[in-house]
Amino acid sequence: MAGATQGRGGGLAEDFERDLHIERQTLNMGPSHPATHGTVKFLVELDGENIADIDVQVGYLHRGFEKECESGSWYQAIPYTDRLNYNSAVLANVGFCLAVEKLLGLETPIRCQWQRVLASELSRVGDHLTRCGAACLELQAMTPFLYGIEARELIWDLLESLCGARVTSNYVRIGGVKHAMPESFPAQCRELLSKIRALLADFDAVVTSNRIFVDRLKDTGVISQQDCLRYAVTGPILRSTGVPLDLRKAEPYLTYAEIDFDVPIGEVGDNYDRYLVCVEEMQQSLRIVEQCLAKLEELGPGPVDTLDLRVRWPAKARVFDQMEGLIQQFKSVTEGPRVPAGEGYLAIESANGELGFYLVSDGSEVPTKVRCRPPSFINLAPMPLMLRGALLADLIPTFDFINMIGGECDR
Amino acid sequence: MTTRDDHGSPVLSRLLEALPAAVLATHARLGDATARVDPACIVEVAKLLRDASGLEFEMLTDLTAVDYLGEEPRFEVVYHFYSVARNQRVRIKARVSEAEPRLPSLVPLYASADWMEREVFDLYGVRFVGHPNLKRILLYDEFEGHPLRKDYAKAARQPLIGPRN
Repeated sequence: MAGATQGRGGGLAEDFERDLHIERQTLNMGPSHPATHGTVKFLVELDGENIADIDVQVGYLHRGFEKECESGSWYQAIPYTDRLNYNSAVLANVGFCLAVEKLLGLETPIRCQWQRVLASELSRVGDHLTRCGAACLELQAMTPFLYGIEARELIWDLLESLCGARVTSNYVRIGGVKHAMPESFPAQCRELLSKIRALLADFDAVVTSNRIFVDRLKDTGVISQQDCLRYAVTGPILRSTGVPLDLRKAEPYLTYAEIDFDVPIGEVGDNYDRYLVCVEEMQQSLRIVEQCLAKLEELGPGPVDTLDLRVRWPAKARVFDQMEGLIQQFKSVTEGPRVPAGEGYLAIESANGELGFYLVSDGSEVPTKVRCRPPSFINLAPMPLMLRGALLADLIPTFDFINMIGGECDR
Repeated sequence: MTTRDDHGSPVLSRLLEALPAAVLATHARLGDATARVDPACIVEVAKLLRDASGLEFEMLTDLTAVDYLGEEPRFEVVYHFYSVARNQRVRIKARVSEAEPRLPSLVPLYASADWMEREVFDLYGVRFVGHPNLKRILLYDEFEGHPLRKDYAKAARQPLIGPRN
């Protein structure tokens, strides 16, 4: 209002202020709103077009993840972790299995570790593509969304070749991965990587310096470094404020210590910085994928599962030929592994930030506690802080770049 | 969890030195520095972890609870702190009883405690005294009971809206 009247001289503006009675109104957005991808409800208190306050209500997708995990075997929790974040199921698989392996004190074979990194980084690219693509779609730009989704299809094709499924891959096992890398995979991957890079370049050409896109993103949804730390915000949002925290560097797990990659950071912590951080992270992830391929080719074929009998199913020949093998198979299938009593926390860098698992075992085959530290949930909490005083239209890109995923947020 | 040793962890050693009465037990198994503290002292402990030079735990990364049904005190509230500046972690635990499941809120010190304490309240029924807005977060207000308690039947159903005919 003030902006529209300023140009007409102070007197007129004063008239407007005095005569126009503005009442605050409450707008209900969601839980299923066409301009947000995610099941969440916003109660927005509007002062004209500005957000005076906003109440974020989550929980619409709560399906008792922890309760379910606490009633099955350790293995049976893995498919549930797939369904935390549909964009990057492998990352949750990896996080959970690494945490269980921590309790077991288990080291996985080197090929398994490289394959986990390979699948993780492909997932990360897929996740960032969805975030940036969907953000464009919700800002009314269809074309870049299609570039992003086409590239994500190629990522999912690669994940299908590697894991056997596109979205909920259920790929990682305690002590291993489901399949060894197919022989034809490196060639297929290199071919598709060049296509993905071309699509990313197209995306970049249409979006990154697009006047409308930049205007909608620059200086919107700003959060300070201090507030990020207070709210325990991690991932691209924290990095966009200039903190170079990436758990792949800070607490290197799997083979990340041997991999050459950079951690991009932003300066002001607005939506545009978050976008730039994500775009650069995709390039870095593709670099990591290439290093994984080279390393796996160098290693050649070999075991991708641990030999530890506590978690490993016996080879089929042993099951059919030997009584002990048959008994072991029966116990593995009906009960699953027993994890030593104790507690452990392990966190990985997921596409949204720190994805942690805090596990407690009483020594039996059923977990006592499976806590998932969900980056989506924790990153969403400071959303009112980012939006108070902003225009209602800024809510859309801010929510897009928080990238809240209902499954992971509500569990 | 019977010893009160620092197990070679500088964080535990600082904690034992500064607040010897608050720390009940420590361990550092699997490399995770852990201290069980008196629930009444949780704010003091968190303040030390956040403000003392050399500790600087800027983030309360995670907060959850575990139900040890049959033990007394029954609930264990588990805090994970992370220091970005020093790249170190510490786990602080506090036990509260079933009869009086309450302990002081950390919201005044760590903003991230807001939603996470609400979640623990929602799912375990632990009350955080001093929380500005302690209400359910994942479930709806009409929900009865706290589903992550071990004595809450997994198959129990409480639909907010009944089935349509």
